[in-house]
Amino acid sequence: MTTHVLSLLVEDKPGLLTRVAGLFARRGFNIESLAVGHSEIEGLSRITVVVDVDTLPLEQVTKQLNKLINVIKIVELEPAQSVQREHLLIKVRVDNSSRSQVIEAVNLFRARVIDVVTDALVIEVTGDSGKTQALLRVLEPYGIKEIAQSGLLAIGRGSKSITERVFKN
Amino acid sequence: MTTESIPVIPTPGGSTARSRTNQSPAGERITGAAAVVRSLENLGVTDVFGLPGGAILPVYDPLMDSTKLRHILVRHEQGAGHAAEGYASSSGKVGVCIATSGPGATNLVTAIADAYMDSVPLLAITGQVFSTLMGTDAFQEADIVGITMPITKHSILVTRAADIQNAIASAYHIAGTGRPGPVLVDITKDAQQEEFDFVWNPKVDLPGYRPVTKANSKQIQAAAQLIGEAKKPVFYVGGGIIRAHAAEELRALAEATGAPVVTTLMARGAFPDSHPHHLGMPGMHGTVPAVLALQEADLIVALGARFDDRVTGKAALFAPHSKIIHVDIDPAEISKIRVADVPIVGDAKEVLADLTHTVEANFRETAPDYSEWWVYLNGLRDKFPLGYATPTDGLLAPQYVIERIGELTGPEGVYAAGVGQHQMWSAQFIKYERPNSWLNSGGAGTMGYSVPAAMGAKVAQPDRHVWSIDGDGCFQMTNQELATCVINNIPIKVAIINNSSLGMVRQWQTLFYDGRHSHTDLNTGHGTVRVPDFVKMADAYGCLGIRVEREEEVDAAIRLALETNDRPVVIDFVVSADSMVWPMVPQGVSNNYVQYARDHSPEWDEED
Repeated sequence: MTTHVLSLLVEDKPGLLTRVAGLFARRGFNIESLAVGHSEIEGLSRITVVVDVDTLPLEQVTKQLNKLINVIKIVELEPAQSVQREHLLIKVRVDNSSRSQVIEAVNLFRARVIDVVTDALVIEVTGDSGKTQALLRVLEPYGIKEIAQSGLLAIGRGSKSITERVFKN
Repeated sequence: MTTESIPVIPTPGGSTARSRTNQSPAGERITGAAAVVRSLENLGVTDVFGLPGGAILPVYDPLMDSTKLRHILVRHEQGAGHAAEGYASSSGKVGVCIATSGPGATNLVTAIADAYMDSVPLLAITGQVFSTLMGTDAFQEADIVGITMPITKHSILVTRAADIQNAIASAYHIAGTGRPGPVLVDITKDAQQEEFDFVWNPKVDLPGYRPVTKANSKQIQAAAQLIGEAKKPVFYVGGGIIRAHAAEELRALAEATGAPVVTTLMARGAFPDSHPHHLGMPGMHGTVPAVLALQEADLIVALGARFDDRVTGKAALFAPHSKIIHVDIDPAEISKIRVADVPIVGDAKEVLADLTHTVEANFRETAPDYSEWWVYLNGLRDKFPLGYATPTDGLLAPQYVIERIGELTGPEGVYAAGVGQHQMWSAQFIKYERPNSWLNSGGAGTMGYSVPAAMGAKVAQPDRHVWSIDGDGCFQMTNQELATCVINNIPIKVAIINNSSLGMVRQWQTLFYDGRHSHTDLNTGHGTVRVPDFVKMADAYGCLGIRVEREEEVDAAIRLALETNDRPVVIDFVVSADSMVWPMVPQGVSNNYVQYARDHSPEWDEED
């Protein structure tokens, strides 16, 4: 199976997320990550969903999603034609001897320290999953106390927009 | 479900149609409840099936005064749902049912699921508790939008009176267009009670809903090309052809190509049974020629069909040498089970007309020769006609009873079956000549569908004879609607094929569980205590009840039923419990193993 990133433009209606998530569960597709937020058009939301399926089931899941009345458009975002980012907050255990090493790692990864107490740091990192996973591996030995992770966000490269052709007619 | 315990004092004056008189420049001052009724009227709805209760009470008040809407009070909400389905399936119109919140709404669930599986255009309107009480486990509260999400084409929760007309108009539109299906509109009681200025100006704003109707012409050309190249083609016709009102176009295409046609359980009547190109029904209990035509074809043209497991048998082994042209208005059906070589998304009515046109043009240059294929298929037809064995216990053959009902009533009748053996025999032994004459629960397999569906069909088609052909098991699930039929003068005819058991389950127990008939005996038939006695029951409801136990009584009883139109008729046909449905493809094997048997229990030579 391979990972696919789907970007859904949806009407911002009550229960919409239940409809989308329920459809995945019902048809036996696994959601790896999910991110939901407003789009640039009022009343429309954008869902970025990562699924782990083969090509044929992917076609089926896309078609089934398209049948949801409140789903307006679905595009698959190929890694080469899109920018894909995830966002992590990591709480790492530190002491006087390890703090500077952790901060050095944070700087190397162009991450940021956003909270400091004597025995822990909260680190914010944005990137593709290769980068975030690498940072996690580096921080692991110091003791990761907590992680909060966003779903993957993705947007197509270039000047075109997903909403562009939808509302022309 | 008629108790009212919401702690808000209702305003009777405010929720009646009598308050409609207040004209203001912005429109008429009416309640949301009145807007429900007016919306249905304005959409052209003439009949609704329902049962009131607390959270839908406001709607029932203006409903009482409507001269355009006939409301039929059912005895159970499931009956309202199936009646609306029967109404829709027999007429092609959208069927409408109404229920209250909580258990009223959940009682609709089976019918909604049924409509979803069989693509029946159904509008279900439910009352919901006050929006201020939602989420508090209020009396008769159920999240019916949530419950029905997996089994509706769409659903809308309405909490403001001003949104009612848009919701109902959108739901009506969605239910009846594209691939039809059930749509639920759940309306809170405060939305029903709220007064607002009503102007009928519904906005159906559905940017995410645009069914493709006109097919891509390249795909049509590709399909015509494959049909021209095939040696062993077959048209695999599904219920979509009936929903698309495309029976005439199908006939033109079949005749233009000269290829054989099979009609699935959902498509019986889409192509005349009397037509020489028709091989019958395929599938688990299909005719041998229909099953093998699909299995051995080199080209299957699937038209509004969805490769259901009851048709394909083990899907991986289905029609191994065939190419597939798949026409459907729902893109998700195409390549769902079997990858299509030529996928065509569109409305069957338009696609078939375009395809016929293209095929005719192509065939003028070179017409294909299917004669060898027909020699083979006609051989199968001669060797394996549909038939049945006379029961050895001296009781009536159920197939004979059903065959006679079809013959004496004719193709203009409407036949609604329940689920099980009698359903299969009704699909096999009644000859269908027109679409919308055969109603059944194909996908969901809902026991109890028949009586209320027949009732709905009779409301939609009052001038036709409408038969409910039911089993003794199914009949006991929904026969309370006989009361609805009697009170509302809906004279349906019920033929109970009474084998005193859950017959299809019993058949599987006979074949696959060493004849151990675990919990399938219903004690309604010959030599039993007859609980209940269906004739007495019919009598209690005010129907004409007839018991038939011998072959020579069959015709007279059917004729009497056909002549009796002042009340419903219930005929208790006491038949043999040993009769089985043949042919049969055992579950989970290739269709090559279709068993054609006149004997009671053949030996299975292969099974996986």
